[in-house]
Amino acid sequence: MEKHEEHTAHVHRDDEGDKLGMWLFIFTELLLFGMLFLMYAVYRHKNPEAFLLGGEELDVFIGTFNTVILLISSATVAMSITAIQRGNKKQALVLLGITLFIAVLFLVNKYFEWGAKIEYGFYPGSDLLHELGHGTTLFFGLYYIMSGIHALHILIGIGLFIYVVWQIRRDKIHSTDYVWLENTGLYWHLVDLIWIFLFPLFYLIH
Amino acid sequence: MSEEKHHISSYKSHLFVLLALFVLTGASVAVTSLEMGPFNTLVAMLIAGGKAAIVLIWFMHLKFDNKLYAIFTTFVLVIFLLVLYVTFFDYSYR
Amino acid sequence: MSETTTAKHVSFLEYKGKYKGILGWIFSTDHKRVGLLYLYTMLVFFSIAAILGLLMKIQLIAPGYTIMGPQTYNSMFTVHGIIMIFIIVVPGLPAVFGNFFLPLMIGAKDVAFPRLNLASWWIYIIGILVVLSSQFLGGWPDTGWTFYAPYSFRTPANVLPALFGAFILGFSSILTGINFVVTIHRMRAPGMTWLKMPLFPWTLYATAWIQVLATPVIGITLLLTVMERVLGVGVFDPALGGDPILYQHLFWIYSHPAVYIMILPGMGAISEILPVFSRKSIYGYKAIVLSSLAIAFVGYFVWGHHMFTSGMSGRALYAFSFLTFLVAIPSAIKVFNWVATIHKGSLNLQTPFYWATSFIFVFMIGGLTGLVLGSLATNVHVHDTHFVVAHFHFIVFGGTGYAFMAALHYWFPKMFGRMYDASWANIGWATFFGGFLTLYLPMFALGLQGMPRRYYDYLPEFHTGNIISSLGAILMIAGALIVITNLVRSSRHGEKVTGKNPWGGRTLEWESDTPPTLENWDEIPKVTEGPYDYK
Repeated sequence: MEKHEEHTAHVHRDDEGDKLGMWLFIFTELLLFGMLFLMYAVYRHKNPEAFLLGGEELDVFIGTFNTVILLISSATVAMSITAIQRGNKKQALVLLGITLFIAVLFLVNKYFEWGAKIEYGFYPGSDLLHELGHGTTLFFGLYYIMSGIHALHILIGIGLFIYVVWQIRRDKIHSTDYVWLENTGLYWHLVDLIWIFLFPLFYLIH
Repeated sequence: MSEEKHHISSYKSHLFVLLALFVLTGASVAVTSLEMGPFNTLVAMLIAGGKAAIVLIWFMHLKFDNKLYAIFTTFVLVIFLLVLYVTFFDYSYR
Repeated sequence: MSETTTAKHVSFLEYKGKYKGILGWIFSTDHKRVGLLYLYTMLVFFSIAAILGLLMKIQLIAPGYTIMGPQTYNSMFTVHGIIMIFIIVVPGLPAVFGNFFLPLMIGAKDVAFPRLNLASWWIYIIGILVVLSSQFLGGWPDTGWTFYAPYSFRTPANVLPALFGAFILGFSSILTGINFVVTIHRMRAPGMTWLKMPLFPWTLYATAWIQVLATPVIGITLLLTVMERVLGVGVFDPALGGDPILYQHLFWIYSHPAVYIMILPGMGAISEILPVFSRKSIYGYKAIVLSSLAIAFVGYFVWGHHMFTSGMSGRALYAFSFLTFLVAIPSAIKVFNWVATIHKGSLNLQTPFYWATSFIFVFMIGGLTGLVLGSLATNVHVHDTHFVVAHFHFIVFGGTGYAFMAALHYWFPKMFGRMYDASWANIGWATFFGGFLTLYLPMFALGLQGMPRRYYDYLPEFHTGNIISSLGAILMIAGALIVITNLVRSSRHGEKVTGKNPWGGRTLEWESDTPPTLENWDEIPKVTEGPYDYK
């Protein structure tokens, strides 16, 4: 896709610059989710009881399970970078395979979790929420928005991992050029970071 | 302009970090049933903050990379917390 | 890489790459061509939005129905605002002059991510098309550019394309910001330490950080408004328990820093121009650097001053008013620096200098009236009146717009290799400046007398002020026409500039060829002295 071949002289490689770019993107994401957390804080401040009751509707087991597997996937991504740095292509692919599997598993859990809630009548605009009042409506509104946008990020992460695995297999990512893997890893840890806060705020309200 | 030296973390160190994260997750679930009034949320957020710090420092390599990233990350978190704080000038006193 | 020699001494304007004609532009990753793509796009949309503005002023030339009814008028100020804010002034100087001159000023061959840079422009175009599509998908929105809840999801008018388009435009802004921060960190020429970097890149740096950290806020807010309108989630809808004031908080958490996205690069451009035309080193280089960073930082925490009458707690009112006064300090520091730079300089009275000094003048009026709005007691009186409209046009149009024109006249010979007609440029400036003051100064008075904004009609007692203001609008548009015609004509037929440095500037961009070659430099320059050494 390079437009002017002659232009390539300045298409230099700068891993550190690429990484800085990724971090800046992560900051953008942090602020994006940050504003959702801010909304959560405001509405919980205004409706403490409803949020407590809403939290009790959510399944702590599924929440904990998803937390644990997402942590494992973060570790496997971190380890896959170690593997690539050591030049161990096969281990890196296995570790990324586990990560991909977990990412899909997370979404499957989410599907069943959402499905059950919707079947029960918890969805934006439902009669049940209307009956339960403003606080619960807000709690579930935020629950769907925040975990939904988080799930969207998981989906994007899956796409990125597929690309990275493909590039490793083609030896485009290897022990001296792996910034794509590193940046995808950073992105994935961000997804984990967000979940680390979503979990206690929705599932563990006391 | 490829970088000269990279810190390579061992598998073992990653697994230790993971173990620490598990312990904190367990603690977080466990303390939910304790009766601590308003401190429940505080403790939950402190534990989550600890987990986030661990992920940032070890998994995201802030400890080993250019210190610039650590400084920027702190700065961004401070901005977010200040925005939250200033917003509650409104909601706490309405 | 073998072909580099062929491209060496052909200017970027004439350079022929893989694609011919217009494709060679819209698929070019050359930062200079991308900068010009933004310039041309903005020229088109500025003209459209300016015509909308003119039509509104014509409507207001007499009370009652003159040329449009209330609903048309509402659509007009909404679309005027959306285009001017999201398409013109927010990308504004960074997208045009940042793209073109940042690499030149720091001695780099391009920005850090050239393809991402081109992608930003494409995303920008897509965003614009989505915004404009509302015309064909059920008519213009009528909410004002602020999309306040709950009206934005109650109105029968079609706001979804505008919301979604603004959301997409945000991505373009974020990507440009990321690109510039990395470029400045990683690609400065050898010897260019942070404190040897010219001030325009410094302000771009501060701006880029705001783009990275504030734009996601508007992104998520607009997205939530879309969800609210489509799904009825309840987050901003008071009927479902949501708090519409929280919408305002979120909106202004972005949109106030966005004001600094607009003005900071303008301040940077002015800080470049004044030393060159005063033949003097900039006064207080470090103070300008620090005040830019301070503005970017403190500017985050003052958003509430847009909401003094919206029903916030009393404590929040005091806090935001105090913080607002705080952010005025670094802006004032800059004004002192500029004036001190001109003081006892050997002035070279050229068009960029006129635009730059008139910038200081209108920016001061805009800034000081901002303090009237920032203090609680006076704000309650003038909130949502023409006073506010006049104030932010003095800052956004008078500030950013004048800085843009100053920068355009200053860098024009470098960009196009041709000089504009100086006397027409000066006549255009004078007409524009006169028209501008005639247009907006009466609006301060009208606002103080109590004429509200966003009404197509007014009481007869406001008639005189509105007549003066509307005539000013016509004069100003005439001035803008002279300026733009002169520049467009000169970009093709102006006198050729052969020297590298027509104004005698000391910053790095003047050491490149005129117009610059594809890769800017045969050899990356080495920097040994500060940017404004005139002694």
